[in-house]
Amino acid sequence: MIRFDYARPTDLAEALREGAGEEVAYLAGGTNLVDLLKENVARPTRVVDIARLPLTGIEDTAQGGLRLGALATNTETAYDQRVQARYPLLSSALLAGATAQLRNAATNGGNINQRTRCYYFYDVATPCNKREPGQGCAAIGGVSRIHAILGTSHQCIATHPSDMAVALAALKAEVRVTGPGGDRVIAFADYHRLPGDEPWRDTTLEPGELVTAIDLPPESFPTNFTYLKLRERLSYAFALVSVAVAMRLEGERIAEVRIALGGVAHKPWRRPEAEDLLRGQEPGREAFGAAADALLEGARGQGGNDFKVPMARKAILRALEQATAGTPQSQTDKRIA
Amino acid sequence: MPDTRHEPIKVGIGTPLSRVDGVDKVTGQAHYAAEYAVPDVLYGVIVSGRIAKGRITAIADGAARAVPGVVEVLTHMNRPSEAWRDSKWKDELAIPGDPFRALGDDRIQFSGQPVALVLAETFEAARFAASLVDVSYEEEPHNVDFDLSLAEKTLPTYKRKSFHAPKSHGDADKAYAEADLRHEGEYRLATEHHNPMEMHASTVHWHGDGTITVYDKCQGAQGVQSYIASAFGFRQEDVQVINAYVGGAFGSGLRPQYQVQLAVLAAKKLERSVRVVMTRQQMFTHAHRPQAIYSIKLGAERTGKLTSMINDATTSTSRFENNMEDVVTWGMINYACPNMSGAYTVAPRDTYTSADMRAPGAATGMTLFEIAMDEMAYKAKVDPLEFRQINYSDIDAMNRQPFTSKALREAYREGAAAFGWDRRSFEPRSMRDGRELIGWGVATGVWDAQFSKTSARATLTADGHLEVASATADIGTGTYTVMTLVAADTLGIAPERITSRLGDSRLPTAPVEGGSWAAASTGAAVQVACRAVGEKLLKAAAKVEGQPLAAASSVDDLTFADGRMALKSEPGRSVAITEVMQAATIDRIEVEETASTGLSGLVSQARKSRKTHSAVFVEVRVDEELGQVRVTRVVSAIAAGRIINPKTARSQILGGVVMGIGMALHEETLADLRLGRWMNHNYAEYHIPAHADVQDIEVIFVDEPDPEVTPLGVKGLGEIGIISVAGAIANAIFHATGQRHRSLPITIDKLIA
Repeated sequence: MIRFDYARPTDLAEALREGAGEEVAYLAGGTNLVDLLKENVARPTRVVDIARLPLTGIEDTAQGGLRLGALATNTETAYDQRVQARYPLLSSALLAGATAQLRNAATNGGNINQRTRCYYFYDVATPCNKREPGQGCAAIGGVSRIHAILGTSHQCIATHPSDMAVALAALKAEVRVTGPGGDRVIAFADYHRLPGDEPWRDTTLEPGELVTAIDLPPESFPTNFTYLKLRERLSYAFALVSVAVAMRLEGERIAEVRIALGGVAHKPWRRPEAEDLLRGQEPGREAFGAAADALLEGARGQGGNDFKVPMARKAILRALEQATAGTPQSQTDKRIA
Repeated sequence: MPDTRHEPIKVGIGTPLSRVDGVDKVTGQAHYAAEYAVPDVLYGVIVSGRIAKGRITAIADGAARAVPGVVEVLTHMNRPSEAWRDSKWKDELAIPGDPFRALGDDRIQFSGQPVALVLAETFEAARFAASLVDVSYEEEPHNVDFDLSLAEKTLPTYKRKSFHAPKSHGDADKAYAEADLRHEGEYRLATEHHNPMEMHASTVHWHGDGTITVYDKCQGAQGVQSYIASAFGFRQEDVQVINAYVGGAFGSGLRPQYQVQLAVLAAKKLERSVRVVMTRQQMFTHAHRPQAIYSIKLGAERTGKLTSMINDATTSTSRFENNMEDVVTWGMINYACPNMSGAYTVAPRDTYTSADMRAPGAATGMTLFEIAMDEMAYKAKVDPLEFRQINYSDIDAMNRQPFTSKALREAYREGAAAFGWDRRSFEPRSMRDGRELIGWGVATGVWDAQFSKTSARATLTADGHLEVASATADIGTGTYTVMTLVAADTLGIAPERITSRLGDSRLPTAPVEGGSWAAASTGAAVQVACRAVGEKLLKAAAKVEGQPLAAASSVDDLTFADGRMALKSEPGRSVAITEVMQAATIDRIEVEETASTGLSGLVSQARKSRKTHSAVFVEVRVDEELGQVRVTRVVSAIAAGRIINPKTARSQILGGVVMGIGMALHEETLADLRLGRWMNHNYAEYHIPAHADVQDIEVIFVDEPDPEVTPLGVKGLGEIGIISVAGAIANAIFHATGQRHRSLPITIDKLIA
């Protein structure tokens, strides 16, 4: 851990002033940043602790959605009655992640801004383009068990580790940010990036910008949804593959559906064209298979993670069945529904 | 000290007693190696090397030294002198080879090797400065790939003391060629790291008068004491080592770890107190269970009777030491078979030396052998439990010796009954519940029942308080409580009036704690010391008015209970222990005694085989499509002689079963072969079972009286709980899915259909 200045502003304007500059990190719950500091992966010269900013709370929006404060904790969000009743997919995804203790400390803004768990990113003795631009990527050709099968680049094959973000992608949430250039709203699909030639940039946030809230749109998919997560053990592990499905049935047919994957790419993986294949269709394995194939088009393993390609396909089919049947995956009973 | 208010007043061997150190542990009163307050201590942070093999060409430490508070950057170039000869670095459990010396010279022998120690007045300054030390290397080709290392496999000329060469009988190759049924398989186990909760840590208190006190995370205080004295030039009596509490070890603390070398070196150089704590990541730079490959050929008659077993295993070691384990002997010992052969080799790679990890050798060998047994049972179309009984051996089949006891049949019977094994259908994929395939598997465990000469001291004071003490360790296993129970049993004193002391090199001599021998050995030592106190009390009782115990000539004529001693022949004639002390005006009785095998024990050890056994029954549920495994039920039936404390004994077995679940499904240290480095070196990516992975576990101790095996009839429980659990799980997965997995762990990617 390097030495850094520490500021603890109490209002947004002060936070943005303190947060200006390149080597600054905003600290919220600290469940990821503190690890990164200890591992010398994050080396900010100034840490701005935003825990005292008035960004907590969960509120109804005028449009009929819900606004999740950036500093509301994952636990508060997962167990919020409105979230549980109207956006059970989000609640389920949150509860699939980490542990009760971590969720108590982790915030919503921090969750979507957490860094990859790539072994090499965390180990400063190994080369990593995400950590040190230009060093090269040791994960390519290395231990790639947890790495991406979609949207990779020759510079980086890391995945985004969040469960919450996968549900938010399926729900088409919006991220509200503020910064030196003023306030703006980012569609969730545009919030996280693919690695491309700038793998050190996880999101489209500009330097100094701060997430203030996450807005959930009115359509909430309270009946036909699921969050199915496959991992190395039954709890407290990052997803090898996870699937969030949000679906609305009208009669026998699928009126609306969203499918987002976790554990397979540098961002929650959605392809509207795959969802288009299901819209207006009757649910069934054949239709689900076609959608899965479209969603996974171009998926390719790195050797150690080749298994993720068939695993993702099977998981998509199962998740679509769970959502259709209205029998979402329980996060406490580990038997797969 | 121990709060046992909620326990029954009269307790002894066989009474379930909560651990007497439990309250101290959960209230933070129990101090671990890194937690002792030592004045003016310097904090040492280890700089770990980047490369797997080569030489250090330069160390730029200017930036680190410029950090305020930094006192020294210790490297191979400026360390104080230390012993030169390898023999001076041999610890109590040293193995053939050149022991590792931290900062010994410029050679790099494994990735993550300590290359510098930054010492500062604060931990924060030391950690920051450590990140600024810039080490340059000249790299040499390395190999950490176990498969490639097999080209260099060898049986070393110099054997480890604990190694038992397999003994062949008959003509196994011929019998295999002629067998009605033949099975051949190659089985594997991944590299595992011990991962105790407590990181390895040492606090060296530099007293300034030539003496040091070392608080060290280790499994043997006296072993580390001798090692420090020998390697770093101290007189034995000037080094005190304390390990009163150890937060798990699983074998990683059997041999002195490199943090204690660094802490002592730094203290010696700076003549100050020093604390060194490894990070979790650094816990992956030393001891680990060797990776293993084990090929097994079994021949059998059509009835399932084994006619041949051919064993050949190789385990990984380092290039500087040869770690050897008993891998192939367990099946040969356990099953009747006229023709058997065993071969064993080690293969060197550029890592730290592999080390004993819970049930070393057996957890690997017996576990994998039991998968092969299951395969042969299916070839013979015999129920897997019946198959094992068909091949049951009442003698140690490899050593051709009788057992002191072997209640494995009873373990099979009681375990099977508790599990409901008779309701199992034979065919794979024949049991399901919706989309989950259900499988039931069984396996047998075997481990050594060992005893080591151990001393203990018992001190009785006039107020009726008893202290028992021995230099053994309690690594979470329950030794404190075992000592208390044996003392309570022998002298009839309530546990709350007994203090157990251990984990201090100044206490009476005890071997390193491991191998499942601590309870049997320390227990016996406490018993003989307490009996000696009893004899002195009997002598003193002559001073009691009316001489109520005059008819007794030794403690064998007495019973001790409720703080009183009474005549066996006439229980009405009794006297309180405190009354005896008072009458004889004795302030304290202090006795030190040693428990050893004795002549009859030595004869028995030469002539008889001494083993613990287990029968493990497992139910798994596997999602047919997605390969997710749930271990929903485990019954572990244990035959381990006399059980001193059923409560902590059960905990021992539960812990072993959980670790076995990890071995079966999760644990695997992944190496980057190009970098020669373990990559998943943290708790997030090295997976051990979480609570959700652990469901119903039932532990059964079968009755197995065995006065011959050790003085107390105790066989020990530290290892037996883990052995073959992973085999039973692999067999259950086969029964559920029809897929036979021979390589552990069986991770979800291997199961996805």
